[in-house]
Amino acid sequence: MITEEKIKEATVGLLQRASTTLPSDILAALKEAYEKEDSPPAKMQLKAILDNVDIAGKNTKPICQDTGVPLFYVKIGKVYYGDIGKAINEGVMEATKKVPLRPNAVHPLSRKNPGNNVGRNMPYINYKVTGEPWLEIIAFPKGAGSENMSALAMLVPSQGVKGVKEFVLNTVVKAGSNPCPPTVIGVGVGGSADIAMKLAKEALLRPITQRHEEPEIAKLETELKDALNMLGIGPMGLGGRATVLGVNVEYAYCHTASLPVAVNVQCWAARKSSCRIHPDGKIEYL
Amino acid sequence: MEYHLKTPLSAEDVKKLKLGDIVYLSGKIYTARDEAHMHILHEIKEGKKIPIELKGMAVYHCGPIVKKIKEGVWELVAAGPTTSSRMNSLEPEFIEKTGVRAIIGKGGMNKGVSDAMAKHGCVYLAFTGGAAILAAKGLNKVEGVYLEELGMPEAVWIMNAENFGPLVVGITAHGENMFVNLAEEIKKNEVEARKKLGI
Ligand code: SF4
Repeated sequence: MITEEKIKEATVGLLQRASTTLPSDILAALKEAYEKEDSPPAKMQLKAILDNVDIAGKNTKPICQDTGVPLFYVKIGKVYYGDIGKAINEGVMEATKKVPLRPNAVHPLSRKNPGNNVGRNMPYINYKVTGEPWLEIIAFPKGAGSENMSALAMLVPSQGVKGVKEFVLNTVVKAGSNPCPPTVIGVGVGGSADIAMKLAKEALLRPITQRHEEPEIAKLETELKDALNMLGIGPMGLGGRATVLGVNVEYAYCHTASLPVAVNVQCWAARKSSCRIHPDGKIEYL
Repeated sequence: MEYHLKTPLSAEDVKKLKLGDIVYLSGKIYTARDEAHMHILHEIKEGKKIPIELKGMAVYHCGPIVKKIKEGVWELVAAGPTTSSRMNSLEPEFIEKTGVRAIIGKGGMNKGVSDAMAKHGCVYLAFTGGAAILAAKGLNKVEGVYLEELGMPEAVWIMNAENFGPLVVGITAHGENMFVNLAEEIKKNEVEARKKLGI
C-alpha cells in the first residue's frame, strides 16, 4: 500500500538524490561544453564544476550549498495515497537534517527562518491527476541565484514570435553572470500570467536533449540556444562559449488579446529527481 | 600567472595580481553576506569594536551549510559563493572601514566597487558558483562563528583555508574590472545574436 510513511521515505530519498547528483543530460552537456571551450578561465570554471560534481557524488554531499527551496510535482494515478502534503512536509524536514540541506525557506516579510525548510505554502506542491497505476513524485529544488533572474512579460499579440525571442534574449543578457551559467532556459508562452510562469518552470523538467514534439517549437528552441550562445557571457560570466546548455519551450493557448511570455532560468546545478510509488509500496527511483 | 597567497594579505600581495590570474588562498577567511555587511557597518558606525580583525583579510560572499558536531565544533559541508552584486551598495564602505584586501564571490561587482578597490588596495576573486564541495575542501576547517543569531547562511563563519581555489582575479587592486569590460563585449555580440534571430 502507498502509505504516508512511504511518501515521506521517498521524499527524503528524492531530495538526497537531487541535491547530490546531476541528471545525466546535464552532466553530458557540461562535459561537452568543457571539451569545446577554448578560453582558459572558462575552461577552468567548467573543470571546477565537473570536479565538484564528481566529489559530491562520491561522498553523497550537496553539489551546491544552495540546496534551493523544496518544490515538488506530484502526479496522482489511480491509487490510494493518504495525506500527500503532510507526508512531503515531514520528508522535507527530515531531509533538511539528514542530507543536510541548507535551511533556506523564510517568511517573505519578517525573514524569520524556521530552520527546517517548511512554512506556509512551502514545500510547494504542484498536483496533476493521471490515469497511471502509481503515484509519481518529482523533487525540483530550486536555487535563488537563478530563480531571481526569472521574468514575465505581457506582450501584445502583434509582437508575435519576434517579441518572444526579444524577451528571452533580453532576460539572458540582463541575468549575465548571476544565475551561474551555463544555464538552462525554460520558456513558457501563452496561457495567462501565472500559466506562462508555470510552463516556463515545467519546461525545465524535460531533458535538454529532447526537443519539443512540434517542429515549429523545436526550431524555436534550437534557434534561441544558438543565438544565446553567441553572447559570450560564458561559464560563470567570465566569458566563453557556453552561456546556455539548453532552451526548452512549452506553450498553452491563450486569450486572443494577450501574449504572455515567461522565462525561468536554471543554473548549471539543474537538480531534479523523480520516483514512482507502486500500489504494493515499492519505491522506484527513475 | 598562478599565485599561492596567505592571509592577512599585504598591499604588495594584491597589487601584483592581474586580471585572469589564478589564486589559491590559505589562512583565515570570513564569510559575509548582506546581513553581516550591514551589521558590521552598523557596529563600526556606532563606534563599537567588532570581535574579528578584518584588516588584510579575505571576505567570502558565501552562506555555507555547516553541521554542528558539538558545542564549538562544526563540520563544513558545502560552501560555494553567493551572488556578489547584491553587496554592490555595501562593499565600498565595507572595504574602506574594515581594510579587507580580498573579496571572494561569484558574478563580479560594479564600477563603484572597483573604484573603491583601486583606492584602498583590494581585489575581487571569482570562485566557481555552485562548486560548493570543492570550496569546502579548500576551506578545510571552521574555526568559529560570529553573528550566529543571523542564521546559518547569514552568519560570519571563520574558516581556516588551505589552498582555497582556483580563484580568478576579476577586479584588480588598480580598479580594472573584468566584468565591466566583458559587458561591453557582450553588447557587441548581442547585435550579432539579434541578427541571427531576425529581430
Ligand atoms: S545559482 Fe545554482 S549553482 Fe549557483 S549558487 Fe545558486 S543554486 Fe548554486
